[in-house]
Amino acid sequence: MAQDRYLADFEQFEKNGAAKEPSWVHQIRKAAISRFAELGFPTTQHEEWKYTSVAPIVKVPFRPADYEPDGLMKESLSLHTLGQAACAQLVFVNGRYSPALSSLRSLPDGVKAGSLSTALSADPIAVEPHLARHASYQNHPFVALNTAFLQDGAFVSIPKGKVVERPIHLLFVSTAPFSSAHVRPASTELSAGFGSAQDRRGEAIVSHPRNLILAGDDSQTMIVESYIGLNNALYFTNVVTEIVAGENAVVAHYKLQRESEEAFHIATVQAHLGRSSNFSSHSVDLGGALVRNDVNAVLDGQGIECTLDGLYMVAGRQHVDNHTRIDHVKPHCSSRELYKGVLGGRSKGVFNGKIYVHKDAQKTDAKQTNKNLLLSEGAVINTKPQLEIYADDVKCTHGSTIGQLDQEAIFYLRSRGIDLEAARGLLTYAFASEMIGRIKVEPIRAQLEHLLLTRLPEGSQPAVLRSLVGEGTP
Amino acid sequence: MLEIRNLHASVGGKEILRGIDLTVNAGEVHAVMGPNGSGKSTLAHVLAGRESYEVTAGEVTYEGKDLLKMPPEDRAREGIFLAFQYPVEIPGVSTTYFLKAGVNAIRKHRGLEELDAIDFLAMVKEKMKLVEMEQALINRPLNEGFSGGEKKRNEIFQMGVLDPKLAILDETDSGLDIDALKIVANGVNAFRSPARAMLVITHYQRLLNYIIPDYVHVIFDGRIVKSGGKALALELEEKGYDWLKPEADLAQQTVA
Repeated sequence: MAQDRYLADFEQFEKNGAAKEPSWVHQIRKAAISRFAELGFPTTQHEEWKYTSVAPIVKVPFRPADYEPDGLMKESLSLHTLGQAACAQLVFVNGRYSPALSSLRSLPDGVKAGSLSTALSADPIAVEPHLARHASYQNHPFVALNTAFLQDGAFVSIPKGKVVERPIHLLFVSTAPFSSAHVRPASTELSAGFGSAQDRRGEAIVSHPRNLILAGDDSQTMIVESYIGLNNALYFTNVVTEIVAGENAVVAHYKLQRESEEAFHIATVQAHLGRSSNFSSHSVDLGGALVRNDVNAVLDGQGIECTLDGLYMVAGRQHVDNHTRIDHVKPHCSSRELYKGVLGGRSKGVFNGKIYVHKDAQKTDAKQTNKNLLLSEGAVINTKPQLEIYADDVKCTHGSTIGQLDQEAIFYLRSRGIDLEAARGLLTYAFASEMIGRIKVEPIRAQLEHLLLTRLPEGSQPAVLRSLVGEGTP
Repeated sequence: MLEIRNLHASVGGKEILRGIDLTVNAGEVHAVMGPNGSGKSTLAHVLAGRESYEVTAGEVTYEGKDLLKMPPEDRAREGIFLAFQYPVEIPGVSTTYFLKAGVNAIRKHRGLEELDAIDFLAMVKEKMKLVEMEQALINRPLNEGFSGGEKKRNEIFQMGVLDPKLAILDETDSGLDIDALKIVANGVNAFRSPARAMLVITHYQRLLNYIIPDYVHVIFDGRIVKSGGKALALELEEKGYDWLKPEADLAQQTVA
């Protein structure tokens, strides 16, 4: 049984690392794996996984990667880095930090950014109070699995009062090898310098990146998490990111998911927000065969502002599931959620947005919107808002729409000389571009705009759409 | 330029146009008037190529070509423009955006060089003056929050930019006050030329005080029941449409 395989791998994993790691980490692992053993993988009988079957993941004999990440050539990443726009770029290959590919030259004084694996032993005072204290694995088997197998990822800590002007980029690259039957031939950008990084057992790889971001009181920071699959391989990324925002801190978090279209991506972002903090998390899902995101924010103080934005664009047989949960624990907080989906082919989307307003959270102001554009007959979306309100002086609204391209608008554009395919592309672009416009990190925004265009039908007028990007958004 | 012969069209299974005959030559302005439900808008949409309108009989020839075989974008590229009665709102897409795409599609079709952003904006600035259009308005998403007058002016502005040979104005005056009406009419009049033709569809005679037609046709129950000069419009203004009913019945009997 699949579960047993993971449990056996854990035993091996434990043996390999036992001596080197602090006991507090060991305790966390043991508790997590035992919980995973109890829970097993979720099935569609579970409410939280009703529309997303993880059978495809369970079926594959994924194994943890065990090779050196430095073999990958820097050039193969050139399209995905932020270059000078970021003050630090941490590159992880199959979940392991690669110092050779990373750049910390412009990291401001006092800011810590580096490998979690190193921080576990070198900086336990900073890590221990928070690691695995926020993202609960009690009911989430994949968080339990990640917590059991956690090894590396990013540890970022911003000191009190520090304003970090440029974003910190966490780039997760998967370069699964090609021996498995599912894998297509590697692209040319990959083959150069890959030899040394080949996994000896040649199996489909799973990685469990674990990120911990600590933003001190009064600090300001931007964190960008990118997930890239360099070849069209089959692999499984199971990631957990914990973000702690101190009092009055401003944290802007961006998650760009561009995994291989054969890959599986299960992610949890758990944000714990302090009084008067301002937290925004923007996610963009473009890749992956099966993707599940859980974004949870606990507003544990008064006067907090929380924004969760998401864009998912899928086609073919892709499946993307976004679950969000916002806990209004204290009074006078506001939350805004806007998720937009563009579904083509026979893709499937799921959106479930929970808002819990606790008893004492008076004057809560919460708004949640999910809009979906179905481009084809076979695309399906399941969308469900879930509001549980226990305070009596609150303002909570939610709305969701499912629609197709407006025929009137298409005719209007055609009557101005724009052909059908280009008109459809233009309207689809307009729908999605609202989310791209909310991304304040300029190079990412520009990159996404171009990506967006390449995924649209162009018809006979590719210039129609390309010229739009040149002019900028209206 | 445009020849319509025995045009029959239905919407949702219901026959609206029951045999329209109309000929429009270059340089002419034809007014088409009629009561609500007579088929005025249907005629406009059929000529523009709206797919939900089914042509069940008849022919339409435009510059010697079979218009009914052409998709909407080709009709636009061949020089047909429809100013909508109820222009749609398109969130996220500004007039400047799609107009440039349309202009260049039409230019390409005519074998002309496409305009780059700078040339396009220069050309657009000229046309904006004709309908007192503000830059801000055309940079906003199409028709979002526009007043009725602004929507209609935007239609005429687009007409100026796209430079069609045949302009069909579908109740361009409906919902406008006198001031907006005058601005729209000025824009239309500035557009008149021996090479162009216009089909002005209207319910009220008032617009025709400003856009003086060469011919007036009355459409009633899906047929053109009477044609005449501009005096006919004044007659309708005085008498309404009811006096035409016997004429319409007569026409129906003749066909039957």
